[in-house]
Amino acid sequence: MKVMAQMSMVMNLDKCIGCHTCSVTCKQAWTNRTGVEYVWFNNVETRPGVGYPRTYEDQEKWGGGWVRTKRGRLKLRSGGRLNKLAHIFSNPNLPGVHDYYEPWTYDYDMLLNTPAGEQTPVARPKSLLTGQDMKISWSANWDDDLGGSVETMQDDPILKKMSEQVHAEFEQAFMFYLPRICEHCLNPSCVASCPSGAMYKRVEDGIVLVDQDKCRGWRMCVSGCPYKKVYFNHKTGKAEKCTLCYPRIEVGLPTVCSETCVGRLRYLGLVLYDVDRVAEAASVENEHELLDAQRDVILDPFDPEVIEAAARDGIPSDWIEAAQNSPIYKLIKQYRVALPLHPEYRTMPMVWYIPPLSPVVDVITGSGNDGEDARNLFAAIEKLRIPIEYLAELFTAGDTKPVDASLRKLAAMRSYMRGINLEEGRDESIAQTVGMTGTEIEEMYRLLAIAKYNDRYVIPAAHAETARELDELACSLDYEGGPGMGGPNRFGTSSGHPVPVAVENFHALANRQTSDRSAVTGRVNLLNWDGNGSTDGLFPPDAHGEVDGEHLEGEHLDADPRGGGGVGDHGPGDENRGG
Amino acid sequence: MNPLSMLLWVAFPYAAAAVFIVGHIWRYRYDKFGWTTRSSQTYENRLLRWGSPMFHFGILCVLVGHAVGLLIPQEWLFAIGINETMYHIGATVLGTAAAVFTLVGLVILIYRRRTVGPVFLATTRMDKVMYVFLGATLFFGTLATFSYQLFGTGYNYRETISPWVRSIILFQPQPELMAQAPLFFQIHALCATALFLLWPFTRLVHVFSAPVQYLFRPYIVYRSRDEHRSGTRATRRGWDPVAAPNPQRLRRP
Repeated sequence: MKVMAQMSMVMNLDKCIGCHTCSVTCKQAWTNRTGVEYVWFNNVETRPGVGYPRTYEDQEKWGGGWVRTKRGRLKLRSGGRLNKLAHIFSNPNLPGVHDYYEPWTYDYDMLLNTPAGEQTPVARPKSLLTGQDMKISWSANWDDDLGGSVETMQDDPILKKMSEQVHAEFEQAFMFYLPRICEHCLNPSCVASCPSGAMYKRVEDGIVLVDQDKCRGWRMCVSGCPYKKVYFNHKTGKAEKCTLCYPRIEVGLPTVCSETCVGRLRYLGLVLYDVDRVAEAASVENEHELLDAQRDVILDPFDPEVIEAAARDGIPSDWIEAAQNSPIYKLIKQYRVALPLHPEYRTMPMVWYIPPLSPVVDVITGSGNDGEDARNLFAAIEKLRIPIEYLAELFTAGDTKPVDASLRKLAAMRSYMRGINLEEGRDESIAQTVGMTGTEIEEMYRLLAIAKYNDRYVIPAAHAETARELDELACSLDYEGGPGMGGPNRFGTSSGHPVPVAVENFHALANRQTSDRSAVTGRVNLLNWDGNGSTDGLFPPDAHGEVDGEHLEGEHLDADPRGGGGVGDHGPGDENRGG
Repeated sequence: MNPLSMLLWVAFPYAAAAVFIVGHIWRYRYDKFGWTTRSSQTYENRLLRWGSPMFHFGILCVLVGHAVGLLIPQEWLFAIGINETMYHIGATVLGTAAAVFTLVGLVILIYRRRTVGPVFLATTRMDKVMYVFLGATLFFGTLATFSYQLFGTGYNYRETISPWVRSIILFQPQPELMAQAPLFFQIHALCATALFLLWPFTRLVHVFSAPVQYLFRPYIVYRSRDEHRSGTRATRRGWDPVAAPNPQRLRRP
C-alpha cells in the first residue's frame, strides 16, 4: 500500500440553478487571454444536451480515455505509444476550434465613436480568429435550458444510447445542469497521452497540471482526455487546463468556481487513496464494477493502518486530519450519495456528483401529489426509469442500482427532515429503508443543506518550507526582454520571458490614459483618469490657455457647458475623492 | 584557393554551425515557453491532414538519405558490396520519391497558410523568412536531383560534396571539393547553410523535441510540487489580453 492524498470535489446537482457564475468567474480568473478565448476550464451544460465541445462524450468519435484489452490490461483508446508518435504530425482525433465554437468579440468602438446620425449604431460581432464579421451560431452553452434542443438534442451521445420512445418522453420530462471542470483523475489518460512528459499529476495533492515550459504542442492530451478538459492555446501553441486553482488551494482557499458558487453546491476536500491499486481498479472487466472498485481504492482515514502508512509515505499529520474531516470522504464513502462522472472511461475521475432528485420531485408535485412524502418519492424513483437510466449512463456506466440508491437516500432525507420540521417526530423507519440511521440522515442533511464555508471546504494549506518566488520580489527593470532589450514576442505570441506585473500595469495605465480617442469634442471619460492632476476637458482652459490641476483650487469652477454632462456641478474636491 | 570559395565553403558553414549550436542553447535557456511546434491544426484540418504527414515523413526520409549519402564514405558501402550503380539507382529512386512527397506536402502547407485566415494571422515574420529558405533549399535540392540524377547522366556527389561535408565536420576543411560541384548543388548547400543559421530562431527548434522518450517512460507522470520550484528562474506568466485580430492583415498589401 502506498498512500497518496488527492484534492477532490463533489457537486450537489440538486442545487445547481445553471447560473454560470462558476464559469464566468473561472474565465475571468484563468482564460481571459488571447489564444484561449474559446476555453472554459469550468462550463455548465444543460442535460440532455450535446455538451461542450459538441458530443464530447462520444468516444467512438473522439477516442478519449482508456479501454480494457482482452488480456485485461489498459490501453489508450486512441492507440498506444507508437500509434501516438505515428500520428503526431496530424492528430486524427483532435477537435477543431469549431467543435467548441468560434470565439468572438463585438465592435464596441462603433457604439462610442459613431458621429450622431439617424441610425442607432450597432456593435457587430467580430471573429476573434480572423477579426472579420461573423454570424454567431454556436457557443459553450448554446443549448442552455434546452434552447434549440429540437435541433441538437438528438445528438446527445447519452440519449443516442437510449431508445426512441425514451427519447421523446425525456424531452418533456427532465432537465438538469451539469457543471464540469477537470476531473483530476487518479489514472489520467491526458498525462499518459503526452509525448513530451509535460503533463503530470502532483504527488502532494493529485492536481493534474501542464508544465508550460515542457509542453511542445503535440496536442495528444487534448484528444486523450475523454472529458475534453485539456485545451489547446492556439496562440502560444501549448496545452492548458483547469488547475484546480492550485495557487488558492495551496494556501487553503477553495477554487474560484467553488468560492463564487451561489448555490453553495460544491464541496472540496482531501481523500487518501492507495496508488498501488489504481491500475488494478481501473481495469476491472465489468464496467458496472468500476464505481465500487474506485470506492475501494479510496482509503479510510480513520483506519490506524492507513494512518501509519500515510505517515510513512510522507503525508503530514495535519493533512491526515484534513482527510478525516473531508466532506468528500463522507459523501463518497460514508453516505455513498456521490457518483463519478463516466467511470467507464477508466480514468478514475475525482470530481463526483450527487445526482439530482428535484426533477423527480417536480414530476410528483406536477401530478398533484405530495412531493416530500417518502412513499411517493420511492414509488416515483421506481417508476421514473427514464431519468434514472439517463443518470446511470452519466454516473455509473449504465448501472441503475447506485443511482437508485443515491436518489433514495436523498428522498429519505427529504421526508425525514420534513417530519422533524413539522414536529411529527423522527421516523426511523424512513432512515432504515435506505440503510441509514436517523442520526446519519441528520448529519448528511447538515452537510448537504446548511454546511458552512469551513465544512464545505476542508483544505489544508500546502507545506512550503520556502516561500514561493513572487513575481514582484523578482521584479526589476533589467529583466530580459525588458526596456532596451527589444521586447518579448520575438518568436510569436508570449514567447520569451514574462513581463513583471508591475511593469505591465504601468504600461496598461499609461496606455489607458493616453490612447483613448474621443470623437466628440469636450467629452470627458472619468474612467481613464487616475485621480492625479486633472483630466483633459474636465475643466475649461484658464486665462493662460493651459489646463492645470494646480489652478483648480480657487476660482475656475464654472464648467464648460458643452462638455461632460453633470460634471460641472461638482467641485474638484468631489472628483478627487471619486478618483 | 580564391577568397570567395574560402568564404562560401569554410567561413560561412562554420559561422552557421556556431550560430546553430550557441543559438539553440541560448534559445532553450531564454525561451522554453516559446519552444513549441506552434501547431495550427485546431484552425484547419482538411488540408493539414494531407499536407503535414506528407511533408514531415517526406523530410524524415530526406534526412536519412542525406545522412547516408553525406556522412558514410562510399568506400565503406563498396566494402559491404553496394557498388556505385546500386547506390545511384537506390538513392535516385528513393530520393526522388521523398522529394516529391516533401515538396507536395510543403506546397499544400504553404497554400493552407496563405489562404486560411486564422492560420495566416498566426504566422510570424520569422515563419515567413523560414519558409523562404526552407522552400529554396528543397527546391534546389530537388532541381539538382532531377536535372543530374534523374534526367542527366548522374553526378557522383560522394566524391566531392560528401568529403567536403565530412571535412567541415572534422575541422579539416577542403573548400576546393565543393568549389567544383555543379551550380545547383552549390546553391542547395548555401540555402541549407543559411537555414541552419536561422534554425534556432524559428519554429524549426521543435525538431529537437521529437518525443522519442515517450516510448520508454511510464504512462502516468508524478511530480512533486517542490521539484519544479527548486530552480532559480522566476515564476513566469506569458499571456496577452484578448484582442480581435486585424483583418487588414489578411489582404495582400
